[in-house]
Amino acid sequence: MTQVQANEGYITADGRQIGGVVMDLRDITLRFGGVEAIKKISFDIRQGEIRAIIGPNGAGKSSMLNVISGFYVPQEGEVWFKGEKRGPMKPYEVARLGIARTFQNIALFDGMTVLDNIMTGRLNKMTSGFFSQAIWWGRAEREEIANREQVEKIIDFLEIQNIRKTPVGRLPYGLKKRVELARALAAEPQILLLDEPMAGMNVEEKEDMSRFILDVNDEFGTTIALIEHDMGVVMDLSDRVVVMDYGRKIGDGTPDEVRNNQEVIDAYLGVAHD
Amino acid sequence: MANVAVPAQAGLHSIPALLARNADRLGNRPAYREKEFGIWQSWTWAQAADEVRALALGMLNLGLAPGDHVAIIGRNRPMHYWSMIAAQMCGAVPVPLYQDAVAEEMAYVLGNCGARFVICGDQEQVDKVLEIQGDVKTVQQIIYTDKRGMRKYDHTHMNALSDVQAEGRAAETRLAAELDSRIKALDYDSTCVMLYTSGTTGKPKGVVLSNRNIIETSRNTSQFDKLTDRDEVLAYLPMAWVGDFIFSVGQATWTGFTVNCPESAATMMTDLREIGPTYFFAPPRVFEGQLTNVMIRMEDAGRFKQWLFRHFMAVANRVGPALLDNKPVGMMDRLSYNLGKLLIYGPLKNTLGYSRIRVGYTAGEAIGPEIFDFYRSLGINLKQLYGQTEASVFITQQPDGQVRSDTVGVPSPGVELRIAENGEVFYRSPGTFVEYFNNPESTASTKDAEGWVATGDAGFFEPDTGHLRIIDRAKDVGRMADGSMFAPKYVENKLKFYPNILEAVVLGNGRDYCTAMINIDLNAVGNWAERNNIAYASYQELAGHPQVYATIRQHVDAVNKSVAEDPMLSGCQIHRFLVLHKELDPDDGEMTRTRKVRRAVINDKFADLVAALYDGSDSVYTETEVTYEDGRKGKIKATLKIEDVPVFGAASQQKVAAE
Repeated sequence: MTQVQANEGYITADGRQIGGVVMDLRDITLRFGGVEAIKKISFDIRQGEIRAIIGPNGAGKSSMLNVISGFYVPQEGEVWFKGEKRGPMKPYEVARLGIARTFQNIALFDGMTVLDNIMTGRLNKMTSGFFSQAIWWGRAEREEIANREQVEKIIDFLEIQNIRKTPVGRLPYGLKKRVELARALAAEPQILLLDEPMAGMNVEEKEDMSRFILDVNDEFGTTIALIEHDMGVVMDLSDRVVVMDYGRKIGDGTPDEVRNNQEVIDAYLGVAHD
Repeated sequence: MANVAVPAQAGLHSIPALLARNADRLGNRPAYREKEFGIWQSWTWAQAADEVRALALGMLNLGLAPGDHVAIIGRNRPMHYWSMIAAQMCGAVPVPLYQDAVAEEMAYVLGNCGARFVICGDQEQVDKVLEIQGDVKTVQQIIYTDKRGMRKYDHTHMNALSDVQAEGRAAETRLAAELDSRIKALDYDSTCVMLYTSGTTGKPKGVVLSNRNIIETSRNTSQFDKLTDRDEVLAYLPMAWVGDFIFSVGQATWTGFTVNCPESAATMMTDLREIGPTYFFAPPRVFEGQLTNVMIRMEDAGRFKQWLFRHFMAVANRVGPALLDNKPVGMMDRLSYNLGKLLIYGPLKNTLGYSRIRVGYTAGEAIGPEIFDFYRSLGINLKQLYGQTEASVFITQQPDGQVRSDTVGVPSPGVELRIAENGEVFYRSPGTFVEYFNNPESTASTKDAEGWVATGDAGFFEPDTGHLRIIDRAKDVGRMADGSMFAPKYVENKLKFYPNILEAVVLGNGRDYCTAMINIDLNAVGNWAERNNIAYASYQELAGHPQVYATIRQHVDAVNKSVAEDPMLSGCQIHRFLVLHKELDPDDGEMTRTRKVRRAVINDKFADLVAALYDGSDSVYTETEVTYEDGRKGKIKATLKIEDVPVFGAASQQKVAAE
């Protein structure tokens, strides 16, 4: 279905070099009681690419993202990350592996400032002990300064300097989404999972967000997996697209291949299901 | 140190020479600051001189030749100011452009000056330059400041500014002699900078200003306001505007004060508060905006606080301006003002970022007397000046202690003024521009052989104070059908003093009566709507709301009353008005980049509305083309209501006769 060879990578339409496989999902099946949310799906995510998962409502996209992030453990199938098979994990273990995500329904601390929210993304990078933190001396202080510097770079990158000290609860929706992206970036992830980054945004906010996603990928070389409903955005942004419908994979390939795939067209336009 | 009588004799005949002097004498004083990554980074004069030299060597290395034009497009950053001085060092002419200009506007200017080098602030500006490279063949090198997103571009003729500097430093031994000889070749009459006028009419023209223009003006005005190297300014106005060049380059290098650059346009207010400039310039709309914000926020304050605010603002209104002008004020009033300072004025000034202001200026448009008095009553020494690009800004300014909202002050030091028979103001000064670039006809029609320049503004001297008062643009002053005087700006300014009205266009030249198109201020009206539970989905809907119309009608009514008092202008009362469905916008060509209304464009573009204003109809359907920020075009459709307003005094008879 796709022209991608085993582990050699490929060159995208705009001339970017994509590396080998970082995450390999093999025959994943996920059940909730009797409901099969995901049925025997396999695909891979490669170093440096923007990989989209699309599909109609209830297709199992978010479940898939939760499998990738380690939040759900599939009943069948294997998740391989950087050549190693991954077992069940705690959320902090996932974060340490270099996987960060944003949520469909924003999950920020409303009462805290933008700056503090983004700082929480650095939690994994802090190693000083409780007492050292409490008396704010030596390593704790140095660490905080180093982390703040990193966070300031992200603030600059996402152009949110003007709301640095604003409590998140007072921000409009589009900006909250951007702050969430900032927090995910603060963890310096290798894989960034974005769950509907453009949902509920107006055209201008969508354009901004698209630009930031491309810039993140370009500037930091971050691998990005995203779920999105806006077809225009997905087709423009992503290098390869997985299409799901009713828990099955019905397409996988470049945006052009997917766009011309009869099964995908049917799923979106709707045909009678048996 | 700024008291050199004749700068040229002291060897200070160029900006690079002033920079070298500052590096020598004020080496450790902060020259430029910029907030980046949340911290104010600063450069001393010695460091700045070093950065500028590295950049100049780098551009020399890239082949910058004497007489070349170097366009600079970006926000206020130290690097961009330095690149202007670096260009001068190489014998080239810096040409700062408006960074929000769309590609076609930019193409015209770049083509007109034939810029070989373009310095871009970021990817956005680079994209614009690349887009127009098909039309403008002269651009050979693009240098960009912010590296973000630039990696994938073809770099055959493109460099990051920091790389240019690094290469310049490496080439020091090879190129130093050449650079030094070019700096030496600069004299008092070589071109310092070229700035494009905003052009309320026709295409922009390149105004050539010499070192003499800039340095003499900077010296005179720095002495006028006793500026020293301890002063601080905030550089946030467009770099392409002559004022920014005078403040952030001319006066800064002359006196050695510190230029502070905000983190981004959106953080300007926060940065203003953090820096607390001592010398500050803002167009009236900035002061208006801040006052509106204060008033909106006071409405949310508790009752006691509101009472305190109102009480002490009344005290300030009564005695504040007098105290500022050192006039006698009673003992009790003094006490009460000092208490107010402690409780209200001090904290308020601090919130606004005006705690340390020694000299503040506003210009460009008339400022509402209430707004002006508000700031002065707080103890902020806000003054007015009158100027234009062709004069290196300063024509008149108000001396301390002689400040009023309806005059623009006395001639600046070194400026001669005369009023022509038709009321037009002419000036002659050391700051008077050399010429319009490649445009001898326009030069000749603006500047006569003796060096007198027509300002295009009509005005008169007040007999008892000698202060100049400006009525309107000379060419906008017209006659109504019955021969009475028509001065649209005079009426528009009165309308704009109401916070609800952002912009107004008064029509009536050659007509029987005056009408107006009005733009609401979304900030003020939106806030009012919120408080009164008036729901609206768009600017257009709010603008057309019957209650908004009622409010605007009251304002128009009040303006008519006040216009009627002036017998000479009572014919300018507004008979009919409408509220526009869109904000007048520079992107749509309705205003200049400095936000001055382009009357011809509006008359043409809204011809259907103008017709409806004069044919007696109650409403009009219209479609208007708009340009979005990314350059795409769209259409707004609306049906606008037109309202009649009663007029007063002499003019009402005229109305009867007219209809």
